[in-house]
Order: sequence, then C-alpha cells, then structure tokens
Amino acid sequence: MLIIGAGPTGLFAVFEAGLLKMKCHLIDALPQPGGQCSEIYPKKPIYDIPGFPEVLAGDLVDNLMEQIKPFEPGFTLGERAETIDKQEDGSFIVTTSRGTKHHAPVVVIAGGLGSFEPRKPPIPSIKDYEDKGVAYIIRDPEVYRDRKVVIAGGGDSALDWSIFLADVASEVSLVHRRKDFRGALDSVEKVEELSKIGKINLITDAEVVDLQGEDELSAVVIRHKDEARGEEIKEVDDFIPLFGLSPKLGPIGDWGLEIEKNAIKVDNTYDYQTNIPGVYAIGDVNTYKGKLKLILCGFHEAAIMCQSAYQRINPDKKYVMKYTTVSGVSGFDGSKKEAKREVVKSIN
Amino acid sequence: MSDVKITIIDREGEAHVIDAPTDMNMNLMEVIRSYELAPEGTIGICGGMAMCASCQCYMLNYQHMLPEMSYEEEDMLDQAFHVEDNSRLSCQIPITDELEGLEIRIAPTTE
Repeated sequence: MLIIGAGPTGLFAVFEAGLLKMKCHLIDALPQPGGQCSEIYPKKPIYDIPGFPEVLAGDLVDNLMEQIKPFEPGFTLGERAETIDKQEDGSFIVTTSRGTKHHAPVVVIAGGLGSFEPRKPPIPSIKDYEDKGVAYIIRDPEVYRDRKVVIAGGGDSALDWSIFLADVASEVSLVHRRKDFRGALDSVEKVEELSKIGKINLITDAEVVDLQGEDELSAVVIRHKDEARGEEIKEVDDFIPLFGLSPKLGPIGDWGLEIEKNAIKVDNTYDYQTNIPGVYAIGDVNTYKGKLKLILCGFHEAAIMCQSAYQRINPDKKYVMKYTTVSGVSGFDGSKKEAKREVVKSIN
Repeated sequence: MSDVKITIIDREGEAHVIDAPTDMNMNLMEVIRSYELAPEGTIGICGGMAMCASCQCYMLNYQHMLPEMSYEEEDMLDQAFHVEDNSRLSCQIPITDELEGLEIRIAPTTE
C-alpha cells in the first residue's frame, strides 16, 4: 500500500496493514514522520488518545514508530505527492515533487490538513510575477547575486535571509509592517547592525502593496503606515515574501477526487474509499456526515480501510479479522510478539 | 447554562446575532464554526492553537476588555495578512459572560 502522509493516522495504517501481511510505503512533504504532531505541536499534551491519560504529541509519534517497526515501512520524506496515474491493471503510479515514482495497487491518502506551503501575501498581481521576480522560497541564494532584492516579513526566515543575502545581492531591503521583529534575538540584532552600516535597507511600519513590471518584476510599491510618507515605488529585481507556511490540500485537490469543505469525500458507511476505487482517504483529510477530526477517529478509519484494501488486493482470499491477543504480531523482520502461554502449576 | 449574544459579520458582510454558550469551554472561533458562518476548511485550520491565522477577526467593540494577546497569538498575527489594529485570533478568545454584546467581523481569507 502506498500511504500519502506520515502523520499518526498514516503511521497506524502501517500497523493495521501489517497484521494483514500488507507492506506499506509512506510519502510525506515534511522531512520527518509525525505530521502536525511533529511539525506543529510536538511538546503539546494530548488527552484523548484512548488508554493514554496524557501523552505528548511527539511521544505519540515515537510510540507509533516503535509499534510499526516490525512491519518495516518505507519512507520517502521531504517530497510532496504531485500526480496520480491509474494503470490498466487498476494499480496506481504516484509521482512526487522530486520525480520519485511509486507503484502500488492501493493508495491511501492520510494527508491531514494537506502539505505545508508558503503563505502568499494578498497582492492582486502577485501571481503574474511568480518565477518572474517573485519567489516564496529561496532555493539557491546565488540566483540573487548582484541583484536588487526586497524581502518582506518579520519572522526568522525573513531576518536570516536578509542577513545572508546582504553579502550576495547588490541591495537588500527588508520590509516589515511593524518595528518589532519576532525572530531570534541575535538575528534581530544582526539585522539592526547591518542596517546601521547600510548593508540592509530596513523599511518598517510599511507593507508591499503592489507590484509593477512589463513582463518581469521591475518595481514594488511600498505603503508606509505614516500617511505623510504615503507610497513609494522602489525599483527591484526580486521580491521575496517570507510569511511562514500554511497547510494546503495542494495537488491532491486536482486528482479528480470529490472534494467537500476542503476535504476528500469518502464512503464512511463501508470503507473510507473515495470516488476513485482503490484510493482511500483516512484521518483529518477526509469528510463525511458526522466526521470528527480526531486522531482516534483516524485510527479507527485506518483499521476499517485496511480490511477493504486487503480484499481489493486479494479478491479471491477469504479472511476474518483476528485479535492481536490471540494471534500476536508477526513482523516482516521475522520478529514475533505473542502472549506467553504459561502453565502456572500442574496437578499430578 | 447561560448564553451571551454576539454579533458576527461574516466574510460576505452579513451580520448574524447568535447565542454563544459560556459553559461549554468554547472559544469564539469554535462558535463561528458551530454556526457555520465561515466554510469549513477556511477557519480554525490548526484546531485553535494560534498556529494559523485562519480565524482572524476584527473586534468592533470591547477590544480592551478581551484577554491579552499571548506571544503565540502576536507572533501569528505578525505573519498574517489583512491585519488591523483590532485584529485578534478568535480561537484565543474564550466565551465568557463579559462578552454579552460583542461585535466582530471575520477577516478575509488568504491563500
């Protein structure tokens, strides 16, 4: 099974699949497993995981990783699932942002809120200049050598890149809507210092409100809070807004899946399958009447989905669900966990 | 059980006077969601941890009576768009008796 999303639901699906002898591979856009639990709130306690009065999100992920270890899941991390192609035999090929291709008979989308993508400021013409002077992520700072760059934002990435590009670009301006910066103190101090010696042009209490340029970006319009200063037009080669990340359903939204309320509609009366047979959606990414976005519901959906996926992959095999208390857990790594059958005492 | 009356202007500009319970440990974002005044998936995306700004609202009155902003809320609003002096993250505002008569407007969505 190919699982898109390595959050708690995707991880637990590996366990349920493993009990049915199905091997899993997971793709996640983030560089580490755990999804939101690792990325957003690893140190926050969760109180509604059955059997755990309190567990830190990060510890829950560690425990799930331990639990699925015998089933030897594969991981492709730091890559976003981009496209899906159905094959003649009913299987699927999913291609990631780096071009990695994954071939599987069943695809399970456990994508949570979606993949984390840069937040774009609401400047009307910004889309027209994307890759024509506007970039939301700095992939290769050398691109900016000897160019005039305007960075917008007040967080760590805006500060750090302003500092870095001060030595690369011919001119760096940092535009922030307030005087306060929320980044690490030494970064703020460094920017202040570079601003004093004229290596960073610091423009506070201001916002970039418009972009200009024939085909490529040639200038930004900066509006000052101080009405007396009004608006100024600044000639630039590049504009880099750095306003953090927010989750987006992303390319999965274009896979032909039925979408409702920014989530994937599934058949909850049976198996959490989507409108594309063989593609399932479990956890926060799906929706149905009465849906609750809870980790425990994701776990439940994973278990049910796996039974259906097993039947799809093995249509001629008869199977009934087994209890781990009865059958134990047999890993693909040769490990076997099972209850001890001890004779307490023999009566002669 | 007690309710307070709150006026919420949705993103289309329509005003809704709704009853919000003070005894259900709810916050303003959850009240907006419970009355479906903004489409699911466009508000409260992070679940109420002040980690996205999808529940940003403008406080049209009572601004100084509200609980002070936490570092996290200030930090998040700093990265948000359409931010005004009266912007707050509605997930950080618990429903209490003092909010009787509160008026707010839901901020526009952004990409």
